[in-house]
Amino acid sequence: MNQNNTTIKFENVTKVYHLGGIDIPVLRGVSCEIKKGEHVAIMGPSGSGKTTMLNIIGCLDRVTSGKYFLEGKDISTLDDDALSEIRSRKIGFIFQSYNLIPQLTVLENIEMPLFYQQVDEAKTREKAIELAQMVGLGDRIRHRPSELSGGQQQRVAIARALMNDPVLILADEPTGNLDSVSGREIMKLLCQLNQQGTTLIVVTHDPNVAKYSSRTLKMLDGKISNED
Amino acid sequence: MKINFIHLIRIVRHGWKNIWLHKLRSLLTVLGIVFGVASVIAMLAIGEGASYEARKMIESLGSNNIIIKSIKLPADAKSQQPSFLGVYGLTDRDLRKLETIPSVVRIIPAWEMEEDVWYYDKNISARIIGTLPEYKDVMNLSIKTGRYFDENDLEKGIPVAVIGSTVRTSLFPAQDPIGKTIKIRSSYFTIIGIAGEKVFAGASESFVAEDMNIAVYIPMTTTKMFFGEYEVKRTTGGIRSWERNWVQYHRFVIQVSETDKILTTASLVSDLLSQTHKKQDYQIIVPLELLRQAERTKRIFNIVLGSIAAISLIVGGIGIMNIMLAIVTERTREIGIRRAVGAKKRDIINQFLTESVILSASGGFIGILLGIIIPKAVTKFAGMMTLITPWSILLSFSISVAVGIGFGLYPARKAANLDPIQALRYE
Ligand SMILES: Nc1ncnc2c1ncn2[C@@H]1O[C@H](COP(=O)(O)OP(=O)(O)OP(=O)(O)O)[C@@H](O)[C@H]1O
Ligand SMILES: [Mg+2]
Repeated sequence: MNQNNTTIKFENVTKVYHLGGIDIPVLRGVSCEIKKGEHVAIMGPSGSGKTTMLNIIGCLDRVTSGKYFLEGKDISTLDDDALSEIRSRKIGFIFQSYNLIPQLTVLENIEMPLFYQQVDEAKTREKAIELAQMVGLGDRIRHRPSELSGGQQQRVAIARALMNDPVLILADEPTGNLDSVSGREIMKLLCQLNQQGTTLIVVTHDPNVAKYSSRTLKMLDGKISNED
Repeated sequence: MKINFIHLIRIVRHGWKNIWLHKLRSLLTVLGIVFGVASVIAMLAIGEGASYEARKMIESLGSNNIIIKSIKLPADAKSQQPSFLGVYGLTDRDLRKLETIPSVVRIIPAWEMEEDVWYYDKNISARIIGTLPEYKDVMNLSIKTGRYFDENDLEKGIPVAVIGSTVRTSLFPAQDPIGKTIKIRSSYFTIIGIAGEKVFAGASESFVAEDMNIAVYIPMTTTKMFFGEYEVKRTTGGIRSWERNWVQYHRFVIQVSETDKILTTASLVSDLLSQTHKKQDYQIIVPLELLRQAERTKRIFNIVLGSIAAISLIVGGIGIMNIMLAIVTERTREIGIRRAVGAKKRDIINQFLTESVILSASGGFIGILLGIIIPKAVTKFAGMMTLITPWSILLSFSISVAVGIGFGLYPARKAANLDPIQALRYE
């Protein structure tokens, strides 16, 4: 397999949480590859380790053992600053509960990723407005998140995730809090981005959401049970 | 440092927005710093003003001088008899003796009395000082208009007077006093000069607190001729209401050749006088010594003040730390989000540290304004002199910024060290 074509490679990854002296194994030897530009859905029962896997892919969390390669680079050995740098440059997160910062305006929320890259303020603003228009919120940029509907908030989150031109978009149940109509709109938006070349990984319980993907990973008890 | 200046300004702007969002809470948080800084500046200004007046007044006695004053000792039983004549104080013999000390340049004696001075229907209770022409130079008197009396006036005992500025303003509010005649007891004196104003701080030690502005200077020969060497004072109550004392000189002003010799000269003076005076009916004042004492007192005052200020600023800092810890908890999820989109630990530290420094610095700024207003109000309403020193403003402001950094560091570190995942899960 061509290394250049593979964005994500897991080699026997395990993750163990320590809680009150007890070891909780969450991932028990996950191996998989995800290619550049793929759209992959991750499904599985609650507690099977989907979010944990996504967090590791997104460099928010570290493996306990095994290896994780992102674009051919071994991530397991990097320090906190280097992981932050990867998140800042390559990854866009979308969460079930939107995770917008309530005291900031829509525009300021969208701008945030480039703030940490110390990009010029005017350029940042220009791009944020562009993205806000792209997700259909060009007229709401001065509003606070609390003044928007759930679907609108998730669209703001998508705009924020696109600010750093990520190679990888990670969405953890992006439609979980939305009605089916808004959910469909969000998925259309994400699929559109995927078609433009961004690798997309979506964690979901909803088969209707999973069916947009080209491939589904099924998780069970910290392992990938099957693929189709 | 990787932070460039423009980015720093953006961080500060964001921090300011967050603080402005909770105006009341922020104001209450910085109150400790506000009062800490205000009290440092105000108290230093008041202390500095008071000691400045005291220093100026002591200086006006002449730092190269030693002053000896005659003191009337408490009356004994004998003095209650009607014909009693008290004798005390400095004499010609003392004068001749003290003049033999090599480091003494000259000794200017003075005879003094408290008496009403009249100009037609206006009068003021003044201090009449009969002395020599050199008194002006030794005491650094300035003459605003006219002239001081000279050797000729002294030799001939001419009835001329030089008046202090307060005497001038109360007897001659609108006229030129030069050439006018004032009346003391039953004698008339022609005014030939007006002395410049001298600092008077009523609050300082009583033996130094002499208001030179109510003085009337007259040639010594003239006072002896008109008033003799007797003091006649009305006493309160008792069998008789008049008390008579014989005093030759009320004061010697001794000019010493060098500042270094002042202390040794003073002890020599003390030794010589104690040989002839059975009771210590005199007091030796060394302005230089008083000046040094005033400096010492001021230094101690500043140290005490500094400690109080330090404590209040620490208390203010703890207040800020307390709120910053609460803010970090309140914004745990925000920290998780920021970390997820690429903020490094350093970025989180910068964010919260900036907020606590903005808090403490704005507290310091309000404190400075208050600290400038308070002394001005004290001067206006209590009439006390105050002196705001620039270094006290600079010092207290830098301390308040330092407090913001010192007490903001722990909450900021705590925020930065949160696990991003835990922070994102935080409800
Ligand atoms: N920070 C943590 N500390 C301890 N245990 C954790 C932590 N995060 C997750 N877990 C545990 O790991 C297991 C898997 O969690 P994870 O969030 O990955 O599941 P999930 O598949 O995303 O479930 P869901 O569909 O409900 O979101 C759960 O049993 C959970 O309790
Ligand atoms: Mg989950």
